[in-house]
Amino acid sequence: MKVKMLSRNPDNYVRETKLDLQRVPRNYDPTLHPFEVPREYVRALNATKLERVFAKPFLASLDGHRDGVNCLAKHPKSLATVLSGACDGEVRIWNLTKRKCIRTIQAHEGFVRGICTRFCGTSFFTVGDDKTVKQWKMDGPGCGEEEEPLHTILGKTVYTGIDHHWKDPAFATCGQQVDIWDEQRTNPICSMTWGYDSISSVKFNPIETFLLGSCASDRNIVLYDMRQATPLKKVILDMRTNTICWNPMEAFIFTAANEDYNLYTFDMRALDTPLMVHMDHVSAVLDVDYSPTGKEFVSASFDKSIRIFPIDRSRSREVYHTKRMQHVICVKWTSDSKYIMCGSDEMNIRLWKANASEKLGVLTSREKAAKDYNQKLKEKFQYHPHIKRIARHRHLPKSIYSQIQEQRIMKEARRRKELNRRKHSKPGSVPIVSEKKKHVVAVVK
Amino acid sequence: METAPRPGRDVPLKKDKLQAKRKKTRRYWEEETAHTAAGASPGPPRKKKRNGEHRLQKPKNTLISKKSRISKKPQVPKKTQERKKPEPQRSLSGAQDPFPGPAPVPVEVARKFCRIDKSQKLTRLKSKTRSKLEVAEAEEEETSVKAARSQLLLAEEPGFLEGEDGEDTAKIRQADIVEAVDIASAAKHFDLNLRQFGPYRLNYSRTGRHMAFGGRRGHVATLDWVTKKLMCEINVMEAVQDIRFLHSETLLAVAQNRWLHIYDNQGIELHCIRRCDRVTRLEFLPFHFLLATASETGFLTYLDVSVGKIVAALNARAGRLSVMAQNPYNAVIHLGHGNGTVSLWSPAVKEPLAKILCHRGGVRALAVDSTGTYMATSGLDHQLKIFDLRGTFQPLSARTLPQGAGHLAFSQRGLLAAGMGDVVNIWAGQGKASPPSLEKSYLTHRLSGHVHGLQFCPFEDVLGVGHSGGITSMLVPGAAEPNFDGLESNPYRSRKQRQEWEVKALLDKVPAELICLDPRALAAVDVITLEQEKKERIERLGYDPEAKAAFQPKPKQKGRSSTASLVKRKRKVMDKEHRDKVKQNIEQQQKQQKQEKAKPKGSRPSALDRFVRARLQGG
Repeated sequence: MKVKMLSRNPDNYVRETKLDLQRVPRNYDPTLHPFEVPREYVRALNATKLERVFAKPFLASLDGHRDGVNCLAKHPKSLATVLSGACDGEVRIWNLTKRKCIRTIQAHEGFVRGICTRFCGTSFFTVGDDKTVKQWKMDGPGCGEEEEPLHTILGKTVYTGIDHHWKDPAFATCGQQVDIWDEQRTNPICSMTWGYDSISSVKFNPIETFLLGSCASDRNIVLYDMRQATPLKKVILDMRTNTICWNPMEAFIFTAANEDYNLYTFDMRALDTPLMVHMDHVSAVLDVDYSPTGKEFVSASFDKSIRIFPIDRSRSREVYHTKRMQHVICVKWTSDSKYIMCGSDEMNIRLWKANASEKLGVLTSREKAAKDYNQKLKEKFQYHPHIKRIARHRHLPKSIYSQIQEQRIMKEARRRKELNRRKHSKPGSVPIVSEKKKHVVAVVK
Repeated sequence: METAPRPGRDVPLKKDKLQAKRKKTRRYWEEETAHTAAGASPGPPRKKKRNGEHRLQKPKNTLISKKSRISKKPQVPKKTQERKKPEPQRSLSGAQDPFPGPAPVPVEVARKFCRIDKSQKLTRLKSKTRSKLEVAEAEEEETSVKAARSQLLLAEEPGFLEGEDGEDTAKIRQADIVEAVDIASAAKHFDLNLRQFGPYRLNYSRTGRHMAFGGRRGHVATLDWVTKKLMCEINVMEAVQDIRFLHSETLLAVAQNRWLHIYDNQGIELHCIRRCDRVTRLEFLPFHFLLATASETGFLTYLDVSVGKIVAALNARAGRLSVMAQNPYNAVIHLGHGNGTVSLWSPAVKEPLAKILCHRGGVRALAVDSTGTYMATSGLDHQLKIFDLRGTFQPLSARTLPQGAGHLAFSQRGLLAAGMGDVVNIWAGQGKASPPSLEKSYLTHRLSGHVHGLQFCPFEDVLGVGHSGGITSMLVPGAAEPNFDGLESNPYRSRKQRQEWEVKALLDKVPAELICLDPRALAAVDVITLEQEKKERIERLGYDPEAKAAFQPKPKQKGRSSTASLVKRKRKVMDKEHRDKVKQNIEQQQKQQKQEKAKPKGSRPSALDRFVRARLQGG
């Protein structure tokens, strides 16, 4: 007879002293871990609920401006520094860690229309309603010195926007035409126009640095190459585009914030169909900015909310609003991809977390592991109806909520009407036009 | 210069001895000394001045070392040297990996951990979805391989009992086993003589550390059976029908003559649940925190012990319920009835999930194994049957027992114990996931009274038997899973660990509605809803947004896109599509015909054929 009994030595399973950690032997045999899927589902459900519980995105409000905040700019080298221009011509520089204004400049008479920093972070440019472009030093004036711009360029027309080249000492302004300036000269290197309407914003491409995009009030988006004297091509949409923003990771992709409540992501090689139509706002979209990862962007709207869209989704993943926030005019995603700033009509700059339920500060390794595990579980079970409902739930102000309902009814009516028309007309005479193609009027080269 | 070599000569001699001693563990420099002749500095720092001496010493050194090696194992050094040569890859330190590449993983082990069923391929996927699924599958495979590799770290081996050349293990008595095994294991065999309070039911806690037993005449006790420390002992002054630990050893449910009572580990009555009356059998579903009770009135009641609410009370409509077992794999309750059927219940459904006709007489006992694959039933017809629970519910094997088994229990490794009168019989299968073979019994034991309750202790090679003479703890080598998971159920856990675990378990409490036959169904694609939604969407929009657009010929160069050529090109594509469709149809038809031919033609259609489908459905 050969016999062996299972006989464990307790010393191998119990800690030796009270100061030791408890021993936890593991065995990953699936029969010892029954109900794997239902338990993971419950964990995912709990994680989703906790995510909604901890979703407190609002961090701080920077107040100090005496008029609505019209433009914002990030510092290229310092995460903590932000510049803002207001409607009374005042420019303020803020320190985000202290949440305080560190410098105030009365830059222009009338609106500060645009503000941008130089790529090195030593100076910044502003344009205003007083037809001037001013360059300022980033550091404040020494003791006894007066606050004066480094350079001032007096133009002939009002400038409505400005953007700096990402590598070279050149910048572009827009107004009645797009002007490219050398920093050393007082006259533009070249001026480009296409039509006679005022251009509202101009943006340099961060990767293909010679490319620019601008949008004008005659509903078009025009693309330029700095090395050419004439514009490249333009796309005409249904309604006016307020701003565009280039994807910092994909050179060809840009997103346009439109007056028709939508945002359009275009591939500049094929402008006739947008890659994605992002719909969720219930009023004109005023500003858009990409996250540095290029996976998401944030949009500011006249409907007093900001929304975050993944680039490949037509619906937003997040909406931020507060009772006191009025029409949001400008928005920026910080360079560490963690925060969002928005400037609004009621003179405040607000700081939000980009990920509403994220815990700030240093995480211990166990916290990090738990976070990653929960994230994976949420991803795995995201399509289950119960979890989806909880994850999607957002509280909205009454105005936005009722607007959404109203627009849903309108859209439904339009759809029904088209359906009826198609039903009662010759087959093929009322073509099916996809949502993407509906909004592009023409592409001109 | 002359004085230097002498100690130098002595030193290598010493080293040789050392080398000879620790032959198996070599340092990374040692193999280089064997290879390189003299010049290369071997590992431990030596002065370059002595190069001259080295040349003299080295040959001696190697010779002696060879001698010393040869004296012990003559062929080892040669072999190692030969083997080393064809391996050119070496790390910076000069060490070489004796086992290059990732460790091999046996396929069967990896399959055990695999969660994706690759036989089912989803057709007509979008490319994005397909690529996502491919990534998920690759990840899954990697994790299963990793999990299989981690089996190396398991510390314990399962027990076994083997007879020497032709010796029947069933003849081996408990006393022999006790004599043969170590003291700690021998202490696990004990008898409690409790003739006074009648036949006992017993239950082990989930960790296998604690045991509770209740006698027909009201005697209830719990003890830490490993240390034999009594936790509480009371007399409830009422007949005890069944006894069961709740999620941990601190709570105890006792089915008494009238009502269900819950006690804590000190014997204090916490609850008296009058909604559950005349309870005959108790089962606890640990992951759902549900206490299932079967009553004389024919109701199966689920009590959620975490909130104290009755989740469902199902009328089985089959009279008195006295046979109950749970399927640990999917938490389905199996009830045995007097008409020979076994019905499967979930609290979410008012009707049984399935009914299996098992015996000609009534069902006396049933048990389900830990993987949820096999069910053992015994009936009044003295038969013991093992059923396959994976879909078909067909009997795999059957055996007639002289007395018929009144109690059945499966162990963690698939051993089946049956209590027949005052005899306990145990059958074993080939491996862990195989059904027990009923031909030859593995162990038998005769008790001092009639068996009234049986349970294998989790994580210990012990079978607890409650009988009319008290309690017997039997040794059954190879019954239990040797390696427990510390986060799931740890027999050695401290109080703090238990509390921590309790909180975690409560957070992960699975809702009762999720109990169904296939617990993995929650992770599968819900095809029915998907199709339904798609249909609704098409109806609402008036067209199919995902339909393939009709072929539109691209405009070609000047002169080539005349209307005629465009039509021609269109025609070509349409014809090809049509041909493909026809081809597919023909292929399908041929397949069907083949299948029909392959079916054995019954000699004559029988009148009973019309029941064939019904039997398959009903089981």
